[in-house]
Amino acid sequence: MTAGILLSSQTRGDWVELSAAGSWTAEYAGAIEPQVEAATRDVTARSIAINITRVDYLDTYGAWLIERTMRLWKSQGREARLVGLREDYRGLFEKVHGGTQTLSPAPPRPNSIIATLESVGRTMASVGADLALLAQMLGSLLVAIKRVASRPTSFRFTSMVHQLERVGWRAVPIILLITVLIGAILAQQGIFHFRKFGADIYVVDMVGVLVLREVGVLIVCIMVAGRSGSSYTAELGAMRMREEIDALRTMGFDPVEVLILPRILALVIAVPILTFLGSMAALYGGGLVSWLYGGIQPEVFLARLREAVTGTTFEVGIIKAPFMALVIGIVACVEGLQVQGSAESLGEKTTNSVVKSIFLVIVLDGAFAMFFASIGM
Amino acid sequence: MAKDPIIEVRGLVVDLKGNRILNGVNLDVYRGEILGFVGASGAGKSVLTRTILGLLPKQQGRIDVFGVNIDEAGEMQRQEIERRWGILFQQGALFSSLTVGENVEFPIREYLELSDRLMTEMAITKLEMVGLEPDVYRKFPSELSGGMVKRVALARALALDPEILFLDEPTSGLDPISAGDFDQLILTLQQVSSMAVFMVTHDLDSLHTICDRIAVLGDGKIIEAGTIATMLASQHPWVKAYFHGVRARAGPKTAARN
Repeated sequence: MTAGILLSSQTRGDWVELSAAGSWTAEYAGAIEPQVEAATRDVTARSIAINITRVDYLDTYGAWLIERTMRLWKSQGREARLVGLREDYRGLFEKVHGGTQTLSPAPPRPNSIIATLESVGRTMASVGADLALLAQMLGSLLVAIKRVASRPTSFRFTSMVHQLERVGWRAVPIILLITVLIGAILAQQGIFHFRKFGADIYVVDMVGVLVLREVGVLIVCIMVAGRSGSSYTAELGAMRMREEIDALRTMGFDPVEVLILPRILALVIAVPILTFLGSMAALYGGGLVSWLYGGIQPEVFLARLREAVTGTTFEVGIIKAPFMALVIGIVACVEGLQVQGSAESLGEKTTNSVVKSIFLVIVLDGAFAMFFASIGM
Repeated sequence: MAKDPIIEVRGLVVDLKGNRILNGVNLDVYRGEILGFVGASGAGKSVLTRTILGLLPKQQGRIDVFGVNIDEAGEMQRQEIERRWGILFQQGALFSSLTVGENVEFPIREYLELSDRLMTEMAITKLEMVGLEPDVYRKFPSELSGGMVKRVALARALALDPEILFLDEPTSGLDPISAGDFDQLILTLQQVSSMAVFMVTHDLDSLHTICDRIAVLGDGKIIEAGTIATMLASQHPWVKAYFHGVRARAGPKTAARN
């Protein structure tokens, strides 16, 4: 196949004849376009004829380039004619000729400052809407619990156990690994700095209090939000995209009761357990580093720990866990139910779910800190 | 119609998870014909299509596309082949993060070096050719109805003026009138561009009205291939049940072609 060419201008009186040859196909369209523009730009005659007798191959690309030239010509009030159209290409030309190409102009882009302000405004407004949605989900959850309590056989126990395995049991290894490391790092930093004023032993106090009150539960919640919250959002989102949730609704089931309640309950049970395991692992990591790096014997570490922390320290940490689990679960499910039809929306909501739940977990932790301080715990 | 095969499948064997799905399939698709491809659900129609398209591995046999054995084709040849076929997936498979216009322009942008203006004009031409208004150009796939999604997907499949078009159940999920319109659209586009069409379908109306030839897949082989007359005369029990069942209606192709 040879590339398409457009030979210009045999002038015949008032007429200019352009003759096309070669392949006018998609492959060569990029090369033909400038030729067409150049050949037609300089023509001043009133009438133009395009002779396509010597065109070997023609597809929609070639046909459109010719059609476009003729339209341009006619729009300038001149005369245009097509010569030598083969019978087998007639249908193609009619198809291309039938198109109107009337694309309405793109809506004007707003001024960039106004656009930025608008997006900030919308984000702020959406914060309120988000909170309302969270409250609404909490409400439907309570209603679902009440309904389940009145007829306990309808509770999806199997589903909850299955979720418990996914978000609890299978999370244990990674949670243990990470919390051991966190405990070890805390102890190492403490020893390094406390040693300067001979206060090595207080590392035990620091690790004990910090891990049991704050770090244990926070690390576990952040891990759970990233690991299980995101998977809840993605699952519910995919279910929404495939109309599974609508199917449930039309069969007379409440999606909150069937899908969301077992998931959130599983989280509420799993997170305190994981927090306990995580805190113990962090203490173990801290103890190990204190022994190997700081030279604090395990018996000394344990004895000091017994003095430093009380039951209250542990309670403060563990009481927060179920509330944080509730926040993670509600955020994940609300976001999942908001997924629209596209893959992009699924990704966006999953990101939102993780970011929002980690943010809310930390805010909640702050609120708890104030609460416990005011009641003297 | 010249008997010039665009696709030749010989002795194709495909296993899926230890089950033999296709066991010695021989099939030709000729230039410029519309081949209807039928078979019971689960008989392996999709498997055959996906194997030809290179989405599934095969155990034995050879597949020639445009006269090139696809096993021996190098990277460049392979791309050349992919440029020359268009595929309409059952659910449309439009890229949901791109607008309709960007979807249609996607293959054009990747394979051809065109000016932006020409690219937009071609995308709109294709959209108008499949019977859509130019204004869908800026919409997102999620804003379209099922029938429109199929049309946009068809426009994308046709973006590079392919020599063969694969259609996977093009009329499934459309009402009979839309399905009939879609059949006619495929027929007109096929006549205009003289491409070959390989159509997996269960729609007896499509088989009657637009298919030049029909191939029936059963027991891992092509059990019958030929015109609708051959199908109606066939003695094979499944073919007989399919074309003479309650849902089958007579409607000679020539009548609808006018």
